[in-house]
Amino acid sequence: MADTDASRESGLLAPNAGPALRRRNRYQIRLQIIGMAAIGFALLMLVILVGSLIASGYKAFTQTHLTLDVFIDPAEIQVERLPRGGFDDVIETALLKKFPTVEGRAETRALTDILSNGAQFQLRDRIVENPSLIGQTIRVTVPVSDRFDQLNKGLVDRSTPEELRQVKDQAIAWFDQLKQSGAISKPLNWALLTNADSRFPELAGLKGALVGSFWALLVCFVISFPLGIGAAIYLEEFAPRNRFSDLIEVNINNLAAVPSVVFGLLALAVFLGWFGLPRSAPLVGGMTLALMTMPTIIIATRAALKSVPPSIRQAALGVGASKHQVVFGHVLPLAMPGILTGTIIGLAQALGETAPLLLIGMNAFITSAPGSPLDSATALPTQIFIWADSPERGFVSRTSAAILVLLTFLIAMNALAIYLRSKFERKW
Amino acid sequence: MNDMRKVERDVDAREVKISARDCQVWYGDNHAIKDVNVDIEEKTVTAFIGPSGCGKSTFLRCLNRMNDMIDNCRIEGTITLDGQDIYDPRVDPVQLRAKVGMVFQKPNPFPKSIYDNIAYGPRIHGLARGKAELDEIVEKSLRRGAIWDEVKDRLDAPGTGLSGGQQQRLCIARAIATQPEVLLMDEPCSALDPIATAQVEELIDELRKDYSVVIVTHSMQQAARVSHKTAFFHLGNLVEYGETGQIFTNPRDPRTESYITGRIG
Repeated sequence: MADTDASRESGLLAPNAGPALRRRNRYQIRLQIIGMAAIGFALLMLVILVGSLIASGYKAFTQTHLTLDVFIDPAEIQVERLPRGGFDDVIETALLKKFPTVEGRAETRALTDILSNGAQFQLRDRIVENPSLIGQTIRVTVPVSDRFDQLNKGLVDRSTPEELRQVKDQAIAWFDQLKQSGAISKPLNWALLTNADSRFPELAGLKGALVGSFWALLVCFVISFPLGIGAAIYLEEFAPRNRFSDLIEVNINNLAAVPSVVFGLLALAVFLGWFGLPRSAPLVGGMTLALMTMPTIIIATRAALKSVPPSIRQAALGVGASKHQVVFGHVLPLAMPGILTGTIIGLAQALGETAPLLLIGMNAFITSAPGSPLDSATALPTQIFIWADSPERGFVSRTSAAILVLLTFLIAMNALAIYLRSKFERKW
Repeated sequence: MNDMRKVERDVDAREVKISARDCQVWYGDNHAIKDVNVDIEEKTVTAFIGPSGCGKSTFLRCLNRMNDMIDNCRIEGTITLDGQDIYDPRVDPVQLRAKVGMVFQKPNPFPKSIYDNIAYGPRIHGLARGKAELDEIVEKSLRRGAIWDEVKDRLDAPGTGLSGGQQQRLCIARAIATQPEVLLMDEPCSALDPIATAQVEELIDELRKDYSVVIVTHSMQQAARVSHKTAFFHLGNLVEYGETGQIFTNPRDPRTESYITGRIG
C-alpha cells in the first residue's frame, strides 16, 4: 500500500477519491486473504490425511523377526520326502530349547505361539532349495506372529489387566527374555511387497494386488487408449457438425460423470453374465475400467486436438496435404503431450477405482499373485478394502501402508504426466 | 504515386491463368461475395484491396478451395484454372492446392526443422525420388524464397525459431517447393516490420517471373508498389479491376476513389 500513501502525499488524488480507493484496496486484500485461507485449509487437510496415514502406516514397513539356531533333524526331515517334513517341529524345538523350564502342552503351545504360522514354510523353502542343510544346525530369521509384532512395536498396552489382553504376562516375559538375548530384530518388511495376501497379518503382502492392478491397467490402456483417441479424432476432425454428433458429444460428457458403481453393474451383467468371462479376473477388471477411462481420454484428446492452432492445419492444407495427412502428420503429433497427460490421469483414476471392481469380484481372498489376466486377483484399492475390513490388529497399520503404496503410484503417474507435458510442450 | 512503383508495368495482354465468372459465396445466410468476374493473368502480380470484411480474403480462398473446410460455406459460379473448372467434382482439392500455393497472414511454419518444412510438400506429392533430389528441391526453394543464405548452415534448426520475416519467407519457400503455378498471399506482410516487409515485397517482385501471384493487402502503398493489376472489393462486390496505375491515378468508380483517398475503409 506504499504507492497509495505516496500518491496521496503527492496530492494526485481528488479529495473524495481517497475513501473509494481505500475501499477498493481493502476489497482486494480481503480477496487475497480468503484465497490464501482456502489454499491453506486445503494444504492442512492434505497434511492431516498423509500425516495420519504415515503415522499409522509406517509401523507396517517393518516386521518383527526372531532369529533361532535350528537343528535340521534328519529324523523329522528327509530328502526323499521333501517338501514334506516336520519343519514346524524342528523350529519349535529350537525355540523350546531356549526355555528349558517350559513344560506341558499348554505352556509349550503358548510359547510356540510367538512364531508366525509362516515360519515353518520359510524354513521349508530354504531346505527344499538346499537339501544338503539337513543334519546341520542353521541360523534362521523368521517373522513372529502378529500379536508379538504388535507388542514389539508398542501397540499393546502392558498396563491393561491381563484378562483383557490377548498376550498374557507369561508370554510377555518370554518375549522380553528373547529380546534381551538379542534374538529379536525388526528389519524392513519386504514381505509387504513380495507376498500375496494372507490370513496372517505378518505374512500378508500386496504382490497379488500389485500384479492384479498391473494387468487390469494394461488391459484398460490397451482398450481405452486406441478407442478413445480414435473416437476423439473422428469427432473432432472428421465428423460433420449436426444434431447426431452433438448428441454423441453430450452423451460422452455424461458418460464421464456416471458413478463408477454403475459401470461395475454393467460389467457384471454384460462381461460376466452374458459373455461368461471369469469372475475376479483382471481382464474383466481392465475392461470395466476401460469403460470408465474412455470418456476421460476422449475429452482430453479432443481438448488437445482443439488446442493445436488452426494455422498449422491451414499451412498443411495449403501445401496440398489431404485431411488425414493433416491430422496424422501435424495435428496428432502436436496434440500428443496433451493426449498422454489425459491418458495417464485417466489411468491414475482407474488405478484408484474400487466400486466397479467390487461388483465383478476382485475383492476375493486370493493368496497367490495372478500369472495371467485370466487368473483371479485383487487390485490395490480392493486389497485396501479387504484389509480395512479384517479384524486382526496387524491389518490396521497394513491398511495405511497399502494406501501409502497406492498413493505413491498415483503420485508417480501424475508426476510422469507433468513431466511429459513440460517436456513436449511447444511454443509457437 | 507512380514513383512508388517497383515493377515495370508492361501492359501487353498476357494469357489468363484464373478466371472467375459470376462467383457467389455464402457463409450461412451471409452473402459474402456477389457476382465477382475477374481474369487473373499469368506471370502477373494481382493485388486485391478493399476495406476490412469486403470479401477479398474470402475470394482468395476460393481460388484454392480452402473454403471447402468451412462447413456452412457455399460457393456458386465457375472458377477456372487454365480453362479447367476447379469446382468440378472430379478435381481433387489436394492436387489443386499443390498447383495453387498459399501463404498466410501470420507466418505459420510447421514446428519442425527448416529442412522438413520445405521437404514436406514435395514428400507428400512424391516430387522427389531419393534424398539427393529432395535436397536439391529444398535448396532451390529456399533460394527462390530468398532465405537460403540465412539458413543454409542450420537446416536442422526448428523453423519456429526464425524471426517473423524469415518465417514468412520460409513459408513462401515452402509454398514454392510443390512447384505451383499460382501463389496466393493473404496479407503476407501484415505481421512483419517494415524491413521484413521490404524483403518480402522484393521477393514477390522476383517471383512474378515464374508465377501468377495474387496478393491480398490492406496497404494501398503495398498494392501500388508490387502489383501490375489491382482489384478493389467493397461489401462483397468487385467494384473495379484494372491496371494498378490506372486504379490509383484515375479510378473510374467513385467508391474506388473514396477508398484510395481514404474517405471510406
